[in-house]
Amino acid sequence: MLTGEHGPAAQMAMSILSRMAVIYGAEELLDISGAHIDSTIYIGDAGLEYAERLAELGARVAVPTTLNVSGLDERHWQEWSVPAEWASKAYRQMVAYQSMGAVPTWTCAPYQTELKPAFGQQIAWGESNAIVFANSVIGARTERYPDLLDICCAITGRAPAAGLHLERNRAGDILFRLVDVPPKLQADDSFYPVLGHLLGKIAQERIPVVDGLGATPTEDQLKALGAAAASSGAVALFHIVGVTPEAPTMDTAFHGRQPQRVVEITLSQLRAARAELTSAEGTGLDMVVLGSPHFSLAEFRQLAPLLYGRTRHPNVEFLVTSSRAMVMLAEQAGYLAELESFGGKVTVDTCILATPMLPPHIRTLMTNSAKYAYYAPGLLNTQITFGSLEDCVRSAELGRIVRDESLWRG
Amino acid sequence: MIQGRAVVGGNAEGLALVSDEPLSFWGGYDHRTGEITDRRHPLSSQIAAGRILALPFSRGSSTTAAVLLEAIRSGTAPAAILTTGDDTFFALAIIVASEMYGVTLPLVAIPADAFASLKTGMYIRIEADGRVEVSAVSGEDFSNKL
Repeated sequence: MLTGEHGPAAQMAMSILSRMAVIYGAEELLDISGAHIDSTIYIGDAGLEYAERLAELGARVAVPTTLNVSGLDERHWQEWSVPAEWASKAYRQMVAYQSMGAVPTWTCAPYQTELKPAFGQQIAWGESNAIVFANSVIGARTERYPDLLDICCAITGRAPAAGLHLERNRAGDILFRLVDVPPKLQADDSFYPVLGHLLGKIAQERIPVVDGLGATPTEDQLKALGAAAASSGAVALFHIVGVTPEAPTMDTAFHGRQPQRVVEITLSQLRAARAELTSAEGTGLDMVVLGSPHFSLAEFRQLAPLLYGRTRHPNVEFLVTSSRAMVMLAEQAGYLAELESFGGKVTVDTCILATPMLPPHIRTLMTNSAKYAYYAPGLLNTQITFGSLEDCVRSAELGRIVRDESLWRG
Repeated sequence: MIQGRAVVGGNAEGLALVSDEPLSFWGGYDHRTGEITDRRHPLSSQIAAGRILALPFSRGSSTTAAVLLEAIRSGTAPAAILTTGDDTFFALAIIVASEMYGVTLPLVAIPADAFASLKTGMYIRIEADGRVEVSAVSGEDFSNKL
């Protein structure tokens, strides 16, 4: 491919990939059988020029490839404050990646589509929350690929034989032992993003192993945990003893070795981590936003009864971000009617962090997502409060922030 | 003098901007201005454009590479980046920038103890072979150089 016999796009992709393979310390490249492209997010002209250069050179993906969120909700952007120039450039970037033969999933939760990978499958994925889910919850194998390189892997069908692709690099590093965490709290959705935030902060780029979890977390709870840990740290793989596929026992999770470090997780540490996810002071509220990572069908199902018979306060927007496929399923299942009568809206294919949709008067947000909570202050220059799904709905109804603290008191 | 490893080789010199906390460029670096915008980060509000940016590694979002590429194209990138390990996100952005625009900046990995001796405001010169020369700069000189 380096000499151009597979065409100029494959040559460019292989040129970048082979230079990177050296930096990854790989002695060779391995075959992959799937890719997820995070480079779809429109950031600026360089990313667009890169996508269009590859597309003009005739790039085609060599393996089944899903696409991450874009910079535009094609159908609803005009209802928000997205500048027309942004919309047109973000759209060009979408067209460029779609032209390479990738599936237009436009979601940061590709692991909740039909195209999710299988245990042991070698893949090249971008998007930090998708990477950590694929590795940890599914047991597929991907390194933490950055934007721009994910598409080189998809075009060539190859990835550096290094990092988390290799069995020997998938052992746990740090043991996190839950002590004194009430079972009622462990059963609550809001526990998982907070635990993930704490794991990421302490583990940084190492592999955390959690022991002592009394509950069996749902797929969406594990999704929230991973997204949080990949925001506050560079976590690309975690194990939960007795829950995730590479950790049936503690010994398996650590590949028979001793942990480098043991950390006890207490309720008071979790309370502090929860407090870090809130930057706002006071009870003022302009908008509730849910769905980072993208809301799943199960989450729409959970939300609908909470909204029943209620309406949002006129001064508070209520937004759910998801993929077009998931919203279609939620509509068919009848979950969207409650959202509409509550006064809520849906944005698809993108999220508030990836498209400049929020009007300037939106200053204070509330969310149940640690990822939104982590990134909103820096990316959107807004204040944010973290709460449970129930807290978010009640606050939107009352027009001010209210949070049920009872679970966190212990 | 610190002997580092040139992950991406090149020459650069300038004033250091140093933190021992990793940074996600997505949500942490404004490529239009070169400002560090992660409000939880110790370097929040500092302008990193043209500086020798020293961070142990990048964190979090896989969009960090794309943001650094935009910054290189816009001329708002650091003059060089020093890390403690081979940071693939930074390396990729620089390699793509050289492929697309023919511009580059040095990325050098240095030992953790040498990294710990770096301080914001030091004057740093980086050679293509990964040598890093550090000279302390007084507060007065520092503001003159800015």
